[in-house]
Amino acid sequence: MPQRMLAGLSVLVAILAAAPWWMPPWMLFIASGALAKGMAALGLMLLLRGGLVSFGHALYFGIGAYAAGLLVLSGITEFLVLAVLGTLATLVLALILGAFVSRYRGIFFGLLSMALSMVFYGLLIKLQSLGSSDGFNLGGIHLLSIPMQGTAGQVPTYLMTLVLSVLAAIGIDQFLRSRYGLLTKALRDNELRVEYLGQSVRQLVLLNYIIAAGLAGLAGVLSAVAVGHIGPEMAYWTTSGEFVFMVILGGLGHVAAAFVGAGVLSAVQAVAYAVAPNSWQFIVGASLLACIVFLPEGLWSLLKRFGRRA
Amino acid sequence: MTIALSTQGLCRSFGAVKGADNITVEFTAGTVVALIGTNGAGKTTFLNLVTGYLKPDSGSVLLGERNITGMEPRDITRLGVARSFQIPQLFDQLTVDENLEVAEIIARHASTASQTKELARVRALALERFGLVPQRDQLAKTLPGGARKLLDIAMAVVSHPSVLVLDEPTSGVSAEEKESVVETVIELARGLNAMTLFVEHDMEVVAQYADRVLAFFEGRIIADGTAAEVLDAPEVRRLIVGTALGADGHA
Amino acid sequence: MSEAVAIFLDGSIYAAWLFLVAVGLTLVYGVMKIVNVAHGATYTVGAYAAVSLCGAWAAGGGNEWGIYLPLVLAAPVVGLILGPILERLFLRPLRDEEETVLMLVTYALFLILEDSVKFIWGVDPYFLSEPYLLPGGIDIFDLTYPVYNFGMLIAATVVGVGLAWFLSKSKSGRIVRAVIHDREVAMAMGANVDRIYLAVFSFGCALAALGGALTAPTVSVIPSMGVEVIVLAFAVVVIGGMGSIIGALLGALLVGFVRAMAVHLLPEAELFIIYLVMATVLLVRPSGLFAPAEARKI
Repeated sequence: MPQRMLAGLSVLVAILAAAPWWMPPWMLFIASGALAKGMAALGLMLLLRGGLVSFGHALYFGIGAYAAGLLVLSGITEFLVLAVLGTLATLVLALILGAFVSRYRGIFFGLLSMALSMVFYGLLIKLQSLGSSDGFNLGGIHLLSIPMQGTAGQVPTYLMTLVLSVLAAIGIDQFLRSRYGLLTKALRDNELRVEYLGQSVRQLVLLNYIIAAGLAGLAGVLSAVAVGHIGPEMAYWTTSGEFVFMVILGGLGHVAAAFVGAGVLSAVQAVAYAVAPNSWQFIVGASLLACIVFLPEGLWSLLKRFGRRA
Repeated sequence: MTIALSTQGLCRSFGAVKGADNITVEFTAGTVVALIGTNGAGKTTFLNLVTGYLKPDSGSVLLGERNITGMEPRDITRLGVARSFQIPQLFDQLTVDENLEVAEIIARHASTASQTKELARVRALALERFGLVPQRDQLAKTLPGGARKLLDIAMAVVSHPSVLVLDEPTSGVSAEEKESVVETVIELARGLNAMTLFVEHDMEVVAQYADRVLAFFEGRIIADGTAAEVLDAPEVRRLIVGTALGADGHA
Repeated sequence: MSEAVAIFLDGSIYAAWLFLVAVGLTLVYGVMKIVNVAHGATYTVGAYAAVSLCGAWAAGGGNEWGIYLPLVLAAPVVGLILGPILERLFLRPLRDEEETVLMLVTYALFLILEDSVKFIWGVDPYFLSEPYLLPGGIDIFDLTYPVYNFGMLIAATVVGVGLAWFLSKSKSGRIVRAVIHDREVAMAMGANVDRIYLAVFSFGCALAALGGALTAPTVSVIPSMGVEVIVLAFAVVVIGGMGSIIGALLGALLVGFVRAMAVHLLPEAELFIIYLVMATVLLVRPSGLFAPAEARKI
């Protein structure tokens, strides 16, 4: 990684790490949510780099959240357990579903992933035991003896989310620099050749699919902890749309781009809710269009260009 | 004299058209074999059948002693059959070097530890011999036609295959470059002792480089021998070579 | 026994509604190969247009039973205004992009339209109950069914038959069918693809708007009413076969009856069962259960 980029990112992470001291609580709350969603977007970015667009990524986001929720309902409130088991649940499900889903491409993959997320959503909406459309609250979660909810828990939760996000970003960055990253790039470019060189395309797709799901699952757990509430909307197709938008906004150029996209979208949403609550979808839609037409490589390409000139 | 590749009674139809009509043939290791015939004669069908792109209706394909009939293309590749394509199948958004690296990475999966060093050597050799060193950091999509063809073939060669299948290695290559492309490829193939099967329309190239020539017609092999023998055979002259023999020796 | 009848009637009525809502989507995909997410927003605009037109009719002292006229007119009005705007301004310039990119573009348009509705009509719900209540109810066994719902069944049948006749018998219809089968060949034979796309898309918008307009009297009209409907429409279209009108019909029937059975027999399954069928169809037969025969390409 070029020196300047590494320096810039380190500065950014340092600023974010210092957030509890300079951000007001309401902003810290939004930041936690943005980082969590950024992690989910990171997973989706990986899929997109392999040439697959999922319109149902929120499935795993919801699975992670509800896995955590179910654990809390049965009395488990230790964060580490929630995070590990929640992520594990998504990985297992992704392995099973991925075996089927990895055969599809293009619009069929998109619609299939959407259908699967809507199956989950449909289930949640009708289950009275899980609060149906209202969902339910999660309380009392803690990391060892540190509270992670309520006013005392806000900072620990934020820092934990930041740490996990940075680790995820570094992990995926390493993955993309490894031979799997190159194979993923090749996959998007010319699947036929990859297959004819002797590599199973399905295996590669499945690998990326599972990793992407795991990230979304962990993000779901983090979101549940930060917000203290889970609901079926976490698995709804519009949430999947949000993740797609974050990736398009940020671009595929770098792991940090997913978080940039998440950050910008969260900021826009927060501002729009406050200032023009009936226009934020318009703004999001217009920005999405603008990105597709003018900035197909996302904001990251802008930042790169700016960095080079500066 | 090891048999690198053989087929027994290979049949494949497309509706009423016989793409492959009971083809039985053996290929000796290390030889260079040209497949000639008019369009639709079954040359490409034959290539597709031995590389797993198509499954035969009946008959079998053996790689050495091993029955590879009906296997998936990727498994056949991993066993040592590499192919290049009529329209070069490259990773356009990757550099020339990265294209070869992908080929090497994948080939490494299928080989033993001792072979991995060999792969790196062959890759460097291919890069150099095919004249791609100056363009190694260029994106594949910027390469001119001849270079694209060479890169396509280079990617197949990296895995140090025992059987190299080339689908029209000179099509899309300019007349000036044609000879050097074929010469480079065949030389490298011989250096690697790979049994090379190539589809070719240019009879001069065939005459100059092939150890053995198979003439196809309506899914059958109608002549099999040295270049001189086959190109002079009356049926071949009548059905393939002689029909519209231009000054440049093209069928 | 009455349960079976109830399931049959509920299923048929729901199927009719689904067909109305989904047929425009499948038509647009079949001809233009675009998965039009904005279809859900056009549906919403159709509902709102119906509210306004019917409102104007009633305020202007129009005949009570004549209210069905503005109700239905909302469809061509919306189709002729929104259709060309969306197709010319957004879809045509981006026509060469991948399918998934175009789907994202229509998703963006969906978002934009949804808020545009709020700009024009505000955020409070509207009610347009007169067309629904006017014909009264009919008793079948021990349940009362609104006659309006049977009217929707008739409307769906008219649309279906009309579309089928148009595509098979009329000259333009046959050109459209040619484009569905093989765009390139149709172009080579002189079909003006630009004009066909504009016409088909606008017609698809009109159909979506018709779905919205006819639904308006049965629900509270809110800006987000399209959000649930679009995914249902996807399910129907995928199940039946993307691009197939017959598929939309049969898909609607399948989904309609499956849902009716769920509602009566296993209410928790009501929603997810539809998407489960959609996912299953995609896994087992991605081209859909009743997809049109693909032209064999050499």
